[in-house]
Amino acid sequence: MTDRPQPEPRDDAGKLRRVAALVIKESRQILRDPSSIALGIVMPVMLILVFGYALSLDVRNAPLAVVVEDSSSAAREVVAGFQLSPYFDTQVMTSMAEAERAMQAREVDGIVHFPADFARRVAEGDAQIQLVLNGVDANSARIIEGYVLGAVAQSARRRAAEGYANVIAGPVTVQSRIWFNEANDSHYFLVPGLIVLIMTLIGAFLTALVMAREWERGTLEALFVTPVKADEILLGKVIPYFVMGLVGLALCVLAARILFHVPLRGSILVLTGASMLYLLVALGIGLVASSATRSQFVASQIALLATFLPAMLLSGFLFDLRSMPVAVQIVTYVLPARYFVALLQTIFLAGDIWSVILPNAAVLAVMATVLMALARATTRKKLA
Amino acid sequence: MRAALLRIATLVRKEFLTLLKDPRSRIILFVPAILQSLLFGYAASYDLNHVPYAVFDQSRSAASTALIARLDGSGVFERVANIHRATEAQELIDSRRALIVIRIGPDFARRLAAGEAADIQVIADGRNSNTAGTALGYINRIVDSFNVDWRQSHGLAGPPVTVSIRAWYNPNLETRWNMIPGLIGTITLLQTLLLTALSVAREREDGTFDQLLVTPIRPGEIMIGKALPSTVIGLIQATLILLVAQLWFRIPFEGSFLTLYAGLGLFVVAAVGIGLFVSSLVATMQQAMLFSFVLVMPFILLSGLATPIGNMPMFFQYLTFANPLRYAIDLTRRVYLEGAEATQLFSDLWPLAVIGAATLPVAAWMFRNRLT
Repeated sequence: MTDRPQPEPRDDAGKLRRVAALVIKESRQILRDPSSIALGIVMPVMLILVFGYALSLDVRNAPLAVVVEDSSSAAREVVAGFQLSPYFDTQVMTSMAEAERAMQAREVDGIVHFPADFARRVAEGDAQIQLVLNGVDANSARIIEGYVLGAVAQSARRRAAEGYANVIAGPVTVQSRIWFNEANDSHYFLVPGLIVLIMTLIGAFLTALVMAREWERGTLEALFVTPVKADEILLGKVIPYFVMGLVGLALCVLAARILFHVPLRGSILVLTGASMLYLLVALGIGLVASSATRSQFVASQIALLATFLPAMLLSGFLFDLRSMPVAVQIVTYVLPARYFVALLQTIFLAGDIWSVILPNAAVLAVMATVLMALARATTRKKLA
Repeated sequence: MRAALLRIATLVRKEFLTLLKDPRSRIILFVPAILQSLLFGYAASYDLNHVPYAVFDQSRSAASTALIARLDGSGVFERVANIHRATEAQELIDSRRALIVIRIGPDFARRLAAGEAADIQVIADGRNSNTAGTALGYINRIVDSFNVDWRQSHGLAGPPVTVSIRAWYNPNLETRWNMIPGLIGTITLLQTLLLTALSVAREREDGTFDQLLVTPIRPGEIMIGKALPSTVIGLIQATLILLVAQLWFRIPFEGSFLTLYAGLGLFVVAAVGIGLFVSSLVATMQQAMLFSFVLVMPFILLSGLATPIGNMPMFFQYLTFANPLRYAIDLTRRVYLEGAEATQLFSDLWPLAVIGAATLPVAAWMFRNRLT
């Protein structure tokens, strides 16, 4: 087009009216379509229930075979320690072959084996207990290994207290404390982490789909011939999904506090502010991905690859970022999820610690500004 | 019969053409599967190899220095600070600069020399308590080996009871060995379901579905024509991830490919059945994508991929019995890592067959009813 429209006088009332009309239209579209409801409401509720009730990395009642070939009091005492532990569900067996069969059939996750000469060698001071683990689930296997070592050390300490000489497990003992989560409850980080997932789904995934659909079907171009301006179209898209994201946040915070008793040690205001920033970033990615590709399928795949998977994997939500290869770590710095997870974990569990909050929030703010400007630029280009 | 086969073959050929002629969708079919398996393979690990820690050494003795040297030499712990006041520990942990702070008290060396128990205090940042627990486990192991050596060098007997540890199927207990075979099923499910649901929804949205209906092709044949290409592509994607696992991450494959593909074949059929079921519910591509996604999430979360099924409450464990991915992941891990044979996998194979046998007729019925 050669004849660009003349600059119009500022018309704030009209602008407000047009944005409001677009917001109403978009909200109606959301409410009418069962699939948006499924993603915007059913999905968050489902995620909260699954993360809160079903997922746990804490091993309790791990099925463990205890093979006792030696019925001395020394062995019985250590075995009793296993039986009393809340971490194990012990099945006492008499032969190693039986235990190995149980492990192959997945009936037990590990075997603790007291050999026949256990008591004699305890007296000599070099007894050995064998621990065989099923390594397929490596994380659980490590946790069980830690518990078994702890149970053995404890029984040694008990014997020391009873006056047997020279039986303390070692001269140096470790007294550990886990700050912010003394009870070592994995819900404390799983439930706040959910907020990242839900915001990402609503902000980036849903928005990318909705906007790409309008491009694909040409309804956006139809809007261009109306008096509505590009930034008004964007506002009309951003506002309803922003509100939807905030509803998701409220749901998560309520569930965390009321259902799962996760502490919120920072202030709710800081939490809301940080979440709003992240939501803007997610919306920005959704808008840019859709206007850059103009295809629902491709836009959704990009949104999935650039936002949802990183929110799950590259955010520090489940997996420790520092232990990833450098190349992957560089990628995590480019994506917004890691900053938001740092904010969430700190605000929920540690409190308003400004040395964490300020830098992370600043990065999100910059990302939000850049992405919104980009969305604005790509939408305007089409208008010309 | 021959005519029906011919019609299905034509439709299958047309499906492959639509999928493969667009360069963008060609990329989307195969690149994400490889990218995701690489990404998960590197990122999805509970193992730690860089733990920043700080030391508050009040003992300043040869013994405390030797203990710290062991941490530094472990290849896992990286000392970021030596602190001199207790308040510094708080600040280092709060600001996330250190994951662990170790305090060695002033009487450490004296107690050690006197043969008393010498405590060290370890504080871990529990904002991710799983990471904290893993790091504490590493510290315990290092201190244990310090103890053994210390007792030996001071003429004491070793600890009376030691535990020797052996892990089956995954000797170094690497999470990656557990995660990547699990991904074969997960990524295949995600892609197959989406592909099937989309291929029908696209025709509905474009209106070409009505055109198909006026051709001599019958609804059942349309369904088979839609299902076959997705099955083939699903199996190709599974193969790609299998190749990444073996050639890139070098995880040894213990079982038989025949068993694995028999299981995966059943699984992909079940996934396609679910995809067709979704496609019969939707009118647009957007709905197809959103519904598939909303369905896949619980499948993945309740599959045992990232957290063990044994840790779930009974109610959720019962739910997992209807989850095809649960069986696919279990089967893949057992064939891949344990070398399990088909006869040992009966408990995974029959539920997959049942799920496939249940979803396909339901999908076929829904499919026909939506058409008329």
